[in-house]
Amino acid sequence: MNGAQDLGGQMGFGPIELEENEPNFHAGWEERAFAVTLAMGATGSWTIDASRFARESLPPAIYLSSSYYEIWARGLEKLVVENGLITSEELAAGTKLSDPKPVNRVLKAEDVASTLAKGGPADRDVKQPARFKVGDRVRTRRMNPEHHTRLPRYARDTVGTIETVHGVHVFPDANAHGKGEQPTWLYGVAFKGTDIWGPDSDPKLSLRIDLWEPYLDLA
Amino acid sequence: MSHDHDHDHSELSDIELRVRALETLLTDKGYIDPPALDELIETYETKVGPKNGAKVVARAWSDPDYHARLMEDATSAIAELGFTGRQGEHMVAVENSAAVHNMVVCTLCSCYPWTVLGLPPVWYKSAPYRSRAVRDPRGVLAEFGVTLPDETEVKVWDSTAEVRYLVLPLRPAGTERWSEEKLAELVTRDSMIGTGLANSPFHQGSTA
Repeated sequence: MNGAQDLGGQMGFGPIELEENEPNFHAGWEERAFAVTLAMGATGSWTIDASRFARESLPPAIYLSSSYYEIWARGLEKLVVENGLITSEELAAGTKLSDPKPVNRVLKAEDVASTLAKGGPADRDVKQPARFKVGDRVRTRRMNPEHHTRLPRYARDTVGTIETVHGVHVFPDANAHGKGEQPTWLYGVAFKGTDIWGPDSDPKLSLRIDLWEPYLDLA
Repeated sequence: MSHDHDHDHSELSDIELRVRALETLLTDKGYIDPPALDELIETYETKVGPKNGAKVVARAWSDPDYHARLMEDATSAIAELGFTGRQGEHMVAVENSAAVHNMVVCTLCSCYPWTVLGLPPVWYKSAPYRSRAVRDPRGVLAEFGVTLPDETEVKVWDSTAEVRYLVLPLRPAGTERWSEEKLAELVTRDSMIGTGLANSPFHQGSTA
């Protein structure tokens, strides 16, 4: 979706705020928001793509004025309600009012290390041939879906070159919305900066963007 | 920070209250186990961070065979040093040279190679960096105090999928006989994102 998260190429945000010896967390609630988000992810109630969609579909004014862990916390509030784990009445009251819904698992402290070490690989078995090969010239689709997508606006309807064939990966556009993983080929695509930003831009800039097959056509 | 100490609820910010309420509710419903939360925080506070990535870089600088394995299959080469898992499942190493400088961003969210760099700094997740890194990386680099020669190509990697990128910075001159342990001390977090360079042994560089 064309939400506030799709920031590439936008202007006017001012200088980058750097902090020497920055801590991981700037307040106790940030630690909790981080850990609660990971622990709830481990219940298997939604996919990582669904969690990204929950954050990016926050109203733009809220997204842009919230710190990152606030975005996570607000995204998590949406996820737990949408998935029926808590009701909006419970959220408003801050009190348990109904029985829990069964979840696939509850992360225990002793399983944290092994769970993190395993991670969540996104590659899947190859069941269809790749449509493109290294060196192919491809054009990204002109599209403006209201659903989750990982083709940034700044790179739409633009010609690039297949540089890497990563393999078959879970397709976020489907997986974010309960439509299954629909694994499809993922490519590393190289773009000239001038093809994206125009002839006046830095001639020595190039970009690499990882894009799924449905985003691309032969140029 | 104004909320370091114990205060009445009335003095807690809206977001502090919301996160507290959410954690309490999810705990009461049995979906989360508080000791696991503490363990998650402890892991990223003490075990996972840019020191991991610095070991990878120092090994690649020191050992040509390891360097070759890292460039061929970064996920397994990094796993050799014991760093695997969440947000590092599909790693790719990209190497800086005199001709090419690599820089990594996630314009759509905050994708970052946790296994080697830990959790991303606030600036990496912020609108100023995410908006500008893909369009004006030299302007971004200037804010980090880095100026590249005009003829250097800048390659910006936008982390749109589950592939995570680790920049292999240029090895600083004057470190020919250095041990891996000593080399690792020159490898900054930012040099592995591509917003910085490895520290020079001759003068104090950035600590980030």
